[in-house]
Amino acid sequence: MASKTQASRAMTGKAVTRAPRDTAHEGFLNHKRGRWAKVAITLSVVALGAYLLTDPVPRHNGGTWLGYLLGSIGAGMIVWLSLLGVRKRVIGSKPFSLKGWTSAHVYLGLSLIVVGTLHTGFQLGWNVHTLAWALMMIVILSGLWGISLYATLPERLSANRGEVTQLQMLEAIRTLDRQLDIAAQPLDADDAALVRMSLEECRIAGSLGQRLSGNYANDGNARALATIIEKVMTGRRTGRVDDRLAQIEFLLERKEAALAQARRHIRMKTQLELWLYVHVPVTIALLAALLAHIISVFLYW
Amino acid sequence: MSPGGGKTIVTTYRIAIVGSGPAGLSAAAHAAKLGLSHILLEKTDHLSDTIYKYQKGKHVMATPSQLVLRSPLDFEAGKREVILGTWNEQTAAAGVNVKHGAEVKSIVGTGAPIPGSVMPIVSRNRDGTTSTTELQRNAPPYRLTLVNGEEIMAETVIMALGTQGNPNLMGCPGGNLPHVQYQLDDPTEYTDEHIFVIGGGDAGIENALGLCADPAQNNTVTLINRTADFPTAKDANVKALMAARDSGRISIMAEANTTAVEHGFITVETRDGEVRARCDRIIARIGSAPPRSFVEGCGIEFASADRLAFPKLSATFESTAPGIYVTGALAGYPLIKHCMNQGHDVVEFINGNLDLKPADEPILEAKFAGLPGKRSVAEWLEYLRTSVSILNGMSSLQIREFMLDSSVKRYAQGEVIFERNAPGSSLFGIADGEVAVEVNPNDPSITVQIGAGQIFGEVGLISGRRRGATIRAARDTIVVEISRNAALKLMSQVPSASREITRINTERTLLQIFKSGLAPADLVDVIANAKVETIRSGQAIIKEGETGDDIFIIRSGSMVVEKSIGGKPVFLSYVPAGSYVGEMSVIDGSARSATVRAAVKSDVIRLAGEPFRALLAAKPQLLDKLRGEMASRTQLNNFVESKKDSFSGVVDMYTGVANFLVEQGLGEATDVLLIDEKLCVGCDNCEKACADTHDGLSRLDREAGRTYAHLHVPTSCRHCEHPHCMADCPPNAIHRGPTGEVYIDETCIGCGNCQRNCPYGVIRLDKTPPKKPWLLSWFLFGSGPGPGEASHKWAKKHDPAYAEKAKKAIKCDMCSGQEGGPACVRSCPTGAAIRVSPEQFLGVALMNREDR
Repeated sequence: MASKTQASRAMTGKAVTRAPRDTAHEGFLNHKRGRWAKVAITLSVVALGAYLLTDPVPRHNGGTWLGYLLGSIGAGMIVWLSLLGVRKRVIGSKPFSLKGWTSAHVYLGLSLIVVGTLHTGFQLGWNVHTLAWALMMIVILSGLWGISLYATLPERLSANRGEVTQLQMLEAIRTLDRQLDIAAQPLDADDAALVRMSLEECRIAGSLGQRLSGNYANDGNARALATIIEKVMTGRRTGRVDDRLAQIEFLLERKEAALAQARRHIRMKTQLELWLYVHVPVTIALLAALLAHIISVFLYW
Repeated sequence: MSPGGGKTIVTTYRIAIVGSGPAGLSAAAHAAKLGLSHILLEKTDHLSDTIYKYQKGKHVMATPSQLVLRSPLDFEAGKREVILGTWNEQTAAAGVNVKHGAEVKSIVGTGAPIPGSVMPIVSRNRDGTTSTTELQRNAPPYRLTLVNGEEIMAETVIMALGTQGNPNLMGCPGGNLPHVQYQLDDPTEYTDEHIFVIGGGDAGIENALGLCADPAQNNTVTLINRTADFPTAKDANVKALMAARDSGRISIMAEANTTAVEHGFITVETRDGEVRARCDRIIARIGSAPPRSFVEGCGIEFASADRLAFPKLSATFESTAPGIYVTGALAGYPLIKHCMNQGHDVVEFINGNLDLKPADEPILEAKFAGLPGKRSVAEWLEYLRTSVSILNGMSSLQIREFMLDSSVKRYAQGEVIFERNAPGSSLFGIADGEVAVEVNPNDPSITVQIGAGQIFGEVGLISGRRRGATIRAARDTIVVEISRNAALKLMSQVPSASREITRINTERTLLQIFKSGLAPADLVDVIANAKVETIRSGQAIIKEGETGDDIFIIRSGSMVVEKSIGGKPVFLSYVPAGSYVGEMSVIDGSARSATVRAAVKSDVIRLAGEPFRALLAAKPQLLDKLRGEMASRTQLNNFVESKKDSFSGVVDMYTGVANFLVEQGLGEATDVLLIDEKLCVGCDNCEKACADTHDGLSRLDREAGRTYAHLHVPTSCRHCEHPHCMADCPPNAIHRGPTGEVYIDETCIGCGNCQRNCPYGVIRLDKTPPKKPWLLSWFLFGSGPGPGEASHKWAKKHDPAYAEKAKKAIKCDMCSGQEGGPACVRSCPTGAAIRVSPEQFLGVALMNREDR
């Protein structure tokens, strides 16, 4: 295998054309100048037109020819759309564009609002059929939430991290911890306890609630910093500033800033993933409900 | 000693050996062993002065390792003292007749004048003129006159005097100041000094390492090297130097030239500009020239008039003076092992064993096997050396060594040697036959012939870009393919070859760029005035508003064009190697309309405007062609200016981004991964896809790297035109593949040189993890580490042999061989990742980025 690749790579003097690749600098929403948006709009318009132009007896529902058609299209699309998760992970060596898949996923997924809803004929109730529709709507809405995050967060994420990687952010905090540890050696027990509070009771990311709210006021470092600032201020007022404390204050402030940057980073990364914790499990529930819906429809027919 | 008084009766020795270096010593020991009457003449009071003068404790290397040692003396890599000790002992034991303190002044034949053997000796006078004297050679025996007046008679002479003692001197102002020295006897002598060692050969590197070996000496040592690579130095020395640099013991200034020396200071020109630094001592090891006039006076002719040329020698090392043999460094070979073998061989030849084959014979035999003509190795070597013009200046020894790195191939008529756009940086020489260059891609029937003796492929060698034209054998043809390393060595060792390659490159580049039915004859005047100049990064070759009508052709590197709009420099375009700038002023006589400066250190060919204008007048087609291109450039200028009025922010951004990318090495890149951080959600699917398509190891680090205006250049290979990683790969495992990718093959020994040499940090050393379970079993049952690179912990657990595996260098191979192209790009869900060539990206398209 290795020798074969080697032989094919040896310089033969032949001009080998490079595998074609997508060099267009456009995001997934504009992929191929919005090809999939156009497809999705066409599909929705045609479906809506067919719905309005036909007048089945007794009324529009999933059982008419149009209902069956829309239902089949919708079910097929739901299954296909859920395969994005597989496509993303199976790379292989063949040409494909995950960007194109994402683009189609977004626009065709949105068109499901029209296709799926028209399939119901607006006959909604407390049953397994409506459950499938409701789950679908939750998946689509969570997807919309995801798109809005994807459209806005990357720029802020990039601005916040500058040219620092996540590992470097954490390393910077650890370095400050080491400096704090050294600077705390000459302190008395009370002040050293404050430094220990910053070292031991500080959680960088914290709980999910803290991550999302961004409120870390109760964190060890913040509390230690607040107390030290107070002490240093008192010292200033009395004209007897303890240089060692001032040094601790400086380090704690720097740590607080480093923490803030890392926490903003983690917060945005969490947000970029959080919606998937709705989108993906509900998709799986949707697939189950869809199966139940299809089976029950054919069983009770 | 002579009973008669007045006249000395001299014995005539069978062999007189001049110089007791490795070659002379080995020859003398072998002569002693064979029982031949001999005398070894050494000018100092000890043997092997060159090695004696090496630094104390210097580790002497025994390369090339595959070569068998034939000398009666032992030689293994080791400390200078051990080697000299062994030699002294073995020389004494062999009963060698040594005469110390014997410096030879002249060698003259005492026999009858040899008819027709008159040698012209050209000597250069100080004022630049030359004068020629003629020397009539006489038959042996030879009379060797020593400096002290003594005379020695010998039937044959082995010249083994090396090249030491005539070091090349520094040419810059201040080069003659007392703190500039050309020899370093004891590196421990100097403490607390700022020392600059000049020269990236073995001598320079070893001196520099010696000076910084002991931190207690507290020397600040800097090595200045003219080029980026160290093509003439031994691998092990280069490795040790890189290790010393990485540990901070030494600084290296590569691609640097000393421009001035003052008391206490040195001025060096580097690719990033001029640097003036404190300097207490300069040790210049910039090569040495053979003691030519003495050697010529003995009737030994040199291969060319070039100052660095070597004597003409037969395959038995016999010079043009019959009975005088030349060996060792003077013959053009500086390696100890070769010299010792030559010493042995030449005594064998003198003793009548003319069938003796050199030690590297079998390696070369294999190279020439299968070629027509039934020549012996020696005949092949001589045939190639005489048929290919750039090889003419080589000694027969040099060509032997050179052929070990090159190959010879026969092409049948019509067979393609290389195609247009094929990557390749080797140089070809035509030994026999003729090749046809298809100059017009649209019409293969239009060809230009290149005949026997000529070279081709030099554009690829110099610019690092793809082949510009398809070349076929016009009839059955034998070509020598010279690898890039061998070509670089050739250019550094044989100056006439270097100049010839430059001249041909200039002519061909012109023909290729201007096409339009030009023939080499049309270009004679233009080329006569052409100059090759090296431009350091950031230096301008054309300044906006200035007058001037020189045209520049970018031979290697790249340029950026800027125009000052509203007082600010605005980026106009990126000009890769193989293009030209400056033609506008020649055509319309106007002042320069934009500034052109080097994006990276570049070589340009400067053509004077006057002969070029004459050429344009004679060739209206060419003028039309240039007018056409000028129109499109003017259009670009106007476009940028119009944008400036409406969205000045856009133009500023465009310039900022372009400058940032050039700083990130795009100027030397052929293909670079960029990430638009306005789109990147940080899912790292690119890294996972990279690992999953490359033995489970990712070759890119998305998050690391520089960012400007949300455009991120991650740590990933740029596939440079002249890859830094290739500069020093001991197994020669780094190559450029057929689609232009720079890749490392499985012969990698994991030494880490490439990793250290890469300025962009894109190479890492790691071991291949075991194969992961099927993706679906991870998906459904959670077995295995999932997509992407597995942790070392997992690998250790699932492969008992993992801990023992050797680390190898890994880097991006541009997913060559994968139908889908780069996996990182294919697998990006948002379209943030793109892989582009700088020409593709540094265009006007960049300006529309903000409108997106």
